[in-house]
Amino acid sequence: MRRLAILLAMAMAAPALADSAMPPAELAYSQLPDPAQEARAAALMKTLRCLVCQGQSIADSDAEMAGDMRALVRSRIAAGETPDQVRGWLIERYGNWVSYDPPLDRLTWPLWVLPAVLIAAGAWLARGRFRKRKH
Amino acid sequence: MKLRTVRIILWAPLILFLIFVGAFATGLIRPESRVIPSKMVGKPLPQFVLPSGAPGMQGLSTADFAKGEPRLLNVFASWCVPCAAEAPQLTQLAEAGVKIDAIAIRDRPEDVAGFLGRWGNPYQRIGSDTQSAVQIAMGSAGVPETFVVDGKGIIRHQHIGEIRPEDVPAILAAVKAAR
Repeated sequence: MRRLAILLAMAMAAPALADSAMPPAELAYSQLPDPAQEARAAALMKTLRCLVCQGQSIADSDAEMAGDMRALVRSRIAAGETPDQVRGWLIERYGNWVSYDPPLDRLTWPLWVLPAVLIAAGAWLARGRFRKRKH
Repeated sequence: MKLRTVRIILWAPLILFLIFVGAFATGLIRPESRVIPSKMVGKPLPQFVLPSGAPGMQGLSTADFAKGEPRLLNVFASWCVPCAAEAPQLTQLAEAGVKIDAIAIRDRPEDVAGFLGRWGNPYQRIGSDTQSAVQIAMGSAGVPETFVVDGKGIIRHQHIGEIRPEDVPAILAAVKAAR
């Protein structure tokens, strides 16, 4: 009985309100009329990180803020800005965090250097092994 | 290969394993912070003009700042639960003489009016940002967030999340420092 009551209470509990009552921004779910602009905007949206969902790009997310960011990207591209300008504008506000296209800098250089170092280390190890076989 | 080199290489997997254990342990003990601080702190408030966000309240624009006195800019929404939780603290700040303006995110004036009716109105002006445009321009990543804007219109401080009773002194100090 108690179990049933708990189950009932769980079933009837209203979820905490985390979304607004407003409809999504117009450009959040509708494409730009110019296909070339839309292609640029869509490619950019895949490389921008959703601020509230964190593990998703704004192109993948249904979060309201991701929708508003898509609308912002589309309207700025439609106004003639390049994808790099839009990305730069967002990085100015949220830091490199917002971009899935990390720049080469003081903090990120291991991403580029490490694979080369590991391949070199592997080659060195393998070379040692092969030489040993010959003896 | 010399025996000594072989010995060193034999230890390598264990050392690598310990490095991984260390990395995972620090991740578990001290998880990565999920807050995204705005890079706009220290920069001028972005240019915006917002219509009124609640009946009987004036809208909000950049021109309302930079008048020689620091002001709080509270980013909130009537549909946001923690925003209701910070309402008493905002009232307390307003009573302490802090001027507070607000931006209502994705909100309808009638809903904001209901929110103010229930939780009180510490605001001087409320702008309505229906597509989060100004919020994004400020580098804010959610509601509620509170910015301290100094008398020259420069953003001096950002408080992420609701203002809890224990946060009030820090906010007051930030306002004082922005004077």
